[in-house]
Amino acid sequence: MKVHEYQAKEFLRKYGIPTPNGKVTDQISEVKSIADELGGKVVVKAQVLAGGRGKAGGVKLAKSSDEAVEVAKNILGKKLYTHQTGPEGVEVKKILIEEAANIEKEFYVGIVLDRAAEKYIFMVSPFGGMEIEEVAKEHPDALFKVYVDYLELFPFQARQLAFNLGLTGDAFKQAVKLFLKLFKLHVELDASLTEINPLILTKEGNIIALDAKINFDDNALYRHKDIAELKDDSEEDKLEVEAHKYNLNYVKLEGSVGCMVNGAGLAMATMDIIKYYGGMPANFLDVGGGASVETVRNAFKILLEDKNVKVVLINIFGGIVRCDRIAEGVVKAASEVGVDRPVVIRLVGTNQEEGREILKNAPFKFYTFETMSEAAEKAVELSKGGN
Amino acid sequence: MSILLDKSTRVVVQGITGKEGSFHAEQMIEYGTNVVAGVTPGKGGQTHLDRPVYNTVHEAVEKEGANASIIFVPAPFAADAVIEAADAGVKLIVCITEGIPTNDMIKAKRYVVSRGATMIGPNCPGLISPGKGKMGIMPARIFKEGSIGVISRSGTLTYEAVNQLTELGLGQSTAVGIGGDPIIGSTFVDILKMFNDDDQTEAVVMIGEIGGTAEETAAEYIKNNFNKPVVSFIAGRTAPPGKRMGHAGAIIMGGKGTAEGKIKALEEAGVKVAESPAVIGKTLKEVLGK
Repeated sequence: MKVHEYQAKEFLRKYGIPTPNGKVTDQISEVKSIADELGGKVVVKAQVLAGGRGKAGGVKLAKSSDEAVEVAKNILGKKLYTHQTGPEGVEVKKILIEEAANIEKEFYVGIVLDRAAEKYIFMVSPFGGMEIEEVAKEHPDALFKVYVDYLELFPFQARQLAFNLGLTGDAFKQAVKLFLKLFKLHVELDASLTEINPLILTKEGNIIALDAKINFDDNALYRHKDIAELKDDSEEDKLEVEAHKYNLNYVKLEGSVGCMVNGAGLAMATMDIIKYYGGMPANFLDVGGGASVETVRNAFKILLEDKNVKVVLINIFGGIVRCDRIAEGVVKAASEVGVDRPVVIRLVGTNQEEGREILKNAPFKFYTFETMSEAAEKAVELSKGGN
Repeated sequence: MSILLDKSTRVVVQGITGKEGSFHAEQMIEYGTNVVAGVTPGKGGQTHLDRPVYNTVHEAVEKEGANASIIFVPAPFAADAVIEAADAGVKLIVCITEGIPTNDMIKAKRYVVSRGATMIGPNCPGLISPGKGKMGIMPARIFKEGSIGVISRSGTLTYEAVNQLTELGLGQSTAVGIGGDPIIGSTFVDILKMFNDDDQTEAVVMIGEIGGTAEETAAEYIKNNFNKPVVSFIAGRTAPPGKRMGHAGAIIMGGKGTAEGKIKALEEAGVKVAESPAVIGKTLKEVLGK
């Protein structure tokens, strides 16, 4: 789960990590007074979850409070188009106004999981402000990494990180403290990614987190109710948001074959086989191992709401649950929802013949198959207007 | 011989009195698995499915000689269950539970390794040695005893592949679902090593998916050390970057973990990668020249 920059900075401050003075608002009328309070020279920052907002014009410097109002008018309430938002863009609903810092140096600081090593990596680089992928590609030698065992960063490791940024004296001491606090935050709050880019050294000699990004482990949100409450799904696809309410694993794609599959791996494989036969999947959808009437009904609802869907392909590998029960569920769900598009069903498992018989006798245009290839081929054909 | 599990394995079921645990324990027993006990804290002294229930794994080990455990405990308590099993001296720990926090698994994995135990999962269907026993939730009827080792990050896609193998007359030595999470107990390489040393296993089917670098690491191992034929399928060629595809670990991030990259690495290691999920069995049959 992602949170906004101003929320991430609140967590940093709770852990004693300094950030610039600032205030968040959704009102243009408040901008002038906030900017005046902060000394006039401020930075106006769009609060969106999508990355790449700086390049898209979502972060602007203003030399006076009047200029801040002008700048804010061009950001707040407007759409921002970044490489992550796609052509639809996202509306900026809030802006963060912060006092402008006197930057001496900028650094990159980030904590991520290294899946292969099964440990967190704490990374720093003197190329602050650049995207980490770019740093890794263009200045790999300038990226210094510490692997953290035991879910605890040791002081000597924090010193290694600070030394590698070339820091000395008081700034070095500040950075060491900051790194220890940041890692503590990362583990205690169950973050999956924590990034300060850039961390800066000011001309006054202070180390400050100028930006902040924290993603949280969805599986751990049950023990962080305060974080779970910050969820903002306004930038997500509407159907995906609705699917999540039904506890369905759904990802919207651009094609015309709607897929309903039990199990994530088989769901991905079903998308792949649609493409293999020349079609395009409209979505990823895992209805879970059991494929109960309720989940199938909800899945139908989501799929049929997508107007690009020309045909629905159901691929169920009946494991423990019997196929006749699944077939009954599909028929029941289809009549409740009022399925108005052709449905191709591939159902295998215990009692598969009985299951297919139930589907054949149903008052719907069901095409039933025994193998995945036949079903996918038929679905692709139907998606292109065949019958 | 099969790997990890055979008729001599003495299994304890953690969470045996819960709905899931009870249902699958019964199926395991029906299949002939040597289930010797169950554990549910607070229900010690009861009998469930004709097996004694204990409060702790330590008691199940001491009194029933359990040496393997399968865990059906809800996510908030699952890592603790894994650590308890390892602490009790259980050498094979299969964790079915989905949705365990990453930090919990980092801790649990370290603990398991420090005790010299092997963990399978979490977020996995478990494992089965056809004809000998199953510690998992897979439908046993699609499996057939034979010489093909199966390793997979997925559940139903494994059933799909196994079904194809069985229909082509290619039985399995052991099938292991290693799980779809970012941190898992045993990786492809861990299981490949076991298959390399197993006399019953003549070839391996390895089913991967997008996210992480485990398939690339496996490719490297296969190239240098593995001496049996391997056929693979990688799910997620059509998955968009940055989106989690159901499994917590199935995500392409920063250009890493794509299906293309994995397929390329495997092919360079001499692995035949099936073009479609419908021809995994057929591809293996061709490779074996049968």
